[in-house]
Amino acid sequence: MASAPPAPSPAAAPSLADTLFQRSLDDIVKSLRADPSAAGDSATVARALSEIHREIRAPDAATKAVALQKLTYISSLHFAPVASHQLAFPAIELLASPHLSHKRLAYLAASVSLHPASLSLLPLATHQLHKDLSPSASAAASHRHVSALALQLLASPAAAAAPDLAVHLANNLVPHLSRGSPRAIAAAARVIAASPSAAVPILFKPLAACLASPDPRASTAAAAAFCDLSASPADAAPFLPLAPDLYNLLTTSRSNWALIKVLKVFARLAPLESRLAARIVDPVCQLLTQSAAMSLTFECIRTVLTALPAHDAAVRLAIGKAKEFLAADDDPNLRYLGLLAVGMLGPAYASTVNDCRGVIAQSLGDADSNICREALHLMMGMVDDNNVMDIAGMLVSHAAKSDPEFANDILGAVLAACGRNVYELVADFDWYASLLADMARSLHCAQGDEIGRQLVDVGLRVHDVRPELVRSARTLLIDPALLGNHFLDPVLSAASWISGEYVDFIKDPVEVVEALLQPRTSLLPMSVRAVYILAVFKVITFCFSVYVERLDDSSKAVNALSDWLAVDQTVSAERKVAPGSGDEQVIGPSTVEKDPFSHESILYIVNLIQTTVSPLVECNEVEVQERAHNLIGFVHLVREIQELKERKVADDEKHSPVKELVKTMRTVFCQELGPVSDNAQQNVAPPDGLVLNENLVEFADILSEDDTTPSTLIFFCPHSRHSAETRDEPAVSMGSSSLSEHRKRHGLFYLPTGKAEDEPNDYPHANDPLPPASNETAIDDKLKTVEPVFPGKKSKSTKSRPKVVKLDGEDFLSSMMANVNIPKEDPLSGAVRGVFLGRDANPSSSQNVSGIMSEGMLNKMGTNESSCQWIENIDTDLGGHLTSSSRTSKHRNRDNEKGTDPPESNGKESRKHKSSSRSGHRQGKHKHR
Amino acid sequence: MIHFALLISRQGKVRLTKWYTPYPQKQRSKVIKEVSTLILARGPKLCNFVDWQGCRVVYKRYASLYFCMCIDPADNELETLQIIHHFVEILDRYFGNVCELDLIFNFHKAYFILDEILIAGELQESNKKAVLRLVTAQDSLVEAAKEEASSLSKIIAQATK
Repeated sequence: MASAPPAPSPAAAPSLADTLFQRSLDDIVKSLRADPSAAGDSATVARALSEIHREIRAPDAATKAVALQKLTYISSLHFAPVASHQLAFPAIELLASPHLSHKRLAYLAASVSLHPASLSLLPLATHQLHKDLSPSASAAASHRHVSALALQLLASPAAAAAPDLAVHLANNLVPHLSRGSPRAIAAAARVIAASPSAAVPILFKPLAACLASPDPRASTAAAAAFCDLSASPADAAPFLPLAPDLYNLLTTSRSNWALIKVLKVFARLAPLESRLAARIVDPVCQLLTQSAAMSLTFECIRTVLTALPAHDAAVRLAIGKAKEFLAADDDPNLRYLGLLAVGMLGPAYASTVNDCRGVIAQSLGDADSNICREALHLMMGMVDDNNVMDIAGMLVSHAAKSDPEFANDILGAVLAACGRNVYELVADFDWYASLLADMARSLHCAQGDEIGRQLVDVGLRVHDVRPELVRSARTLLIDPALLGNHFLDPVLSAASWISGEYVDFIKDPVEVVEALLQPRTSLLPMSVRAVYILAVFKVITFCFSVYVERLDDSSKAVNALSDWLAVDQTVSAERKVAPGSGDEQVIGPSTVEKDPFSHESILYIVNLIQTTVSPLVECNEVEVQERAHNLIGFVHLVREIQELKERKVADDEKHSPVKELVKTMRTVFCQELGPVSDNAQQNVAPPDGLVLNENLVEFADILSEDDTTPSTLIFFCPHSRHSAETRDEPAVSMGSSSLSEHRKRHGLFYLPTGKAEDEPNDYPHANDPLPPASNETAIDDKLKTVEPVFPGKKSKSTKSRPKVVKLDGEDFLSSMMANVNIPKEDPLSGAVRGVFLGRDANPSSSQNVSGIMSEGMLNKMGTNESSCQWIENIDTDLGGHLTSSSRTSKHRNRDNEKGTDPPESNGKESRKHKSSSRSGHRQGKHKHR
Repeated sequence: MIHFALLISRQGKVRLTKWYTPYPQKQRSKVIKEVSTLILARGPKLCNFVDWQGCRVVYKRYASLYFCMCIDPADNELETLQIIHHFVEILDRYFGNVCELDLIFNFHKAYFILDEILIAGELQESNKKAVLRLVTAQDSLVEAAKEEASSLSKIIAQATK
């Protein structure tokens, strides 16, 4: 870039010609505007910059000033990147000029160019600032402007970030502060924020005195300064003693600007001191009812809703005003702020929010995306287990009419709300399964990942929903239109997995196989095709095992193969054993032809598989290729049996190995998959002598980060379904023998097995942290099956909420996160307290100070005594009162108690501690319900 | 407090920038690009607040210029809107029916006026007349100084000595 500073070479030295024929700012602006090319790296800018670099080194101040002005223009309007020191150095040179015009340009350049990266240059300016700030006899008129400029620079972010400057110039600020100059007040606030320890002892008292200044400009500026100083990263507690002055300002000031700032400070102070809230509530309500300015009205609403939630009358008043905002049809700003205000209402006023539901729902369709988003946010805040079906249904239908981006926001919000805390809100999972399918089919849906995850997750956790889930999966799979949309691939993958896994609920397997093998599946990515093929494998295995069983039965029957009716009866009897599906299967003579387990349909499926899957055997994606191979292999096996049957050879010896194999295949897929807690692994005790973290200490940061982010993956663990008991022994042994062998060899990495392994609900063994002695209670604690949650409206709900398998530790992380509360002790509050206590910055217990101070403060509030004097009273009052009860030391004690001698406690103990605290958490929750 | 003030034309050209919290030079360009695309995309008759990276940008369009100010979410949006209007009114009085070209050719004067109104991201002077009085007083002082300092003969004398 041409802006690189050329080394001082003789050729580049400024000549007389440069000085005489220097282009003015106007010339530069004109040439830049005439330049047709895009601003940034055009030749015009480069030429101007090289010119400026020559001129700026001129000894003549006037030439330098013009050059500096041009450079400021180019840099501040971002025509070209100008390194800040190029601008800052000549600016500081020119600060010393006696001419106001030069000074003005120099200060402007300095305030534009100086930022923390160029702080090294700032000490050069210290002396000049000092001179400009100190009172001088000469040229009184222009000097006022000069000191104003200097204060301006001091209030700019860069100068305020320089602690040295603050130390050197703090004393210079004091006379300006006592004059009540708003610039000095702003500068003092910046300086205090930059280096509290140095500046607070000098500047805080004069600054506090400005609050009580009769000049409204000074008090407004001081209110703004304290509003900035008490803003959120800082601790507001040390500003409590200013309450009397702020209160005076609140009741007497007529400036809306000042009132807004005062209200902001009070909003921060009121939660710290309950009596303060009681004190300010009346003036705030008065302002709320009387003020005509919307900005002040909104600030009052915000103050009441955030800081005075205990004062019911005030809150009602504020809600009334917020509703007026919501009803402002012609002003989108007010509507938006009204929504914000409603969003500030706490859970105590949930019914009020519900009253506004109509308006909020209407706002969902607003032209302004901000308003829509805020309305959505409010809607999601309203959701509870009573109205989740209404709201979610309404939102999903609204998503169809919205623009793509907002539609996905809606779908994402619905998914997050319903999936929160393991589907806490959802009572009717049949409804939820069909809602998920509806969402997937929604026009702009790009939430496929989450929908797919939840489809599978619901299937794993909720047994009762599986028939409906399979039905929803079918509707998704048979729709060829969904196959082209890549956003929906994860959904289709989940749907195909569900159809395969819960195949016993499928009404018409032939149709599902057709859907899974339809030609458009070639549009799917390979990873999804692999799932499809495995789903086909599961379905054909199921069909064939049913078929073989029938064959078995029929061969035993007298009228062996021709009597279809008999076969059907046995089948229907057999299928009635299977959970949930018995009622749906209507077996009659009319369905004989359509019977999916008949010879013809099996043959049809086999042929279909052979024609469509065979080409995939040569696929170069290994997953697909391998699964296709497996499937084709199985199909050949099936054909063998078909042929056997064709020849009507009832040779049991020849049959049996094939049948055994078919049953074994079925058993393999019968193993139920259950959900596993994300942090199950953490609960496995490392065996003695295994050192895992010796050389990896330095990675601890990275690892812990990964561990705390809750994984969205679903883990599977094999878990024998209780129906598997009916299967014959060898099959089971064949199916799981390799597993058990693996387990024997690598027992170390497996989760400990308990006695109750065959019980249907033994998932929690994955993370059993307690010794087996207390096993029963442990299971109660950990396996939290959510029972129907509605106490009062059982009559309304037609069916009770199904059991949702929930694992220990799934909401454990979030509760841990909430508990992490790092106490903050910022230097500013310490220093300010120091001033009030008449000591050096001495961090003492804020509760203590504020408690005692507010004692006197509230008494003082009525009487209009100046706060400075009052502060001094406190100084003497507290002189000997506060000894060493510092918050930090308190905290350290607590830490010591908590970390029960870390070196001795072994892993087990700490885990016990954790689990006990966790179970306590649970119990509390139960009580709440 | 206000983090930065930004004036952009309807074509996305920057007319004035003022930073009240430290942003490094590189980030400034990025911020300007992001905020201007965000705001220029918004149609008329929408609300004047946009959430941007955890802050809120309050903007208002006057003729062909967008005046944007970035504030904390806890700040008062309507008050910021009033500050913008205040600034525009003072510019209008100073330049006499202000237009975009005035700001282009007198960008430093726009800065001086802004500096009188806003210091350290807070409104300092809510009286329009007081601001105008101060700025014109400075201008007249500067003019007087210029006349005596920058005569051609003086430059030649300085250059040839």
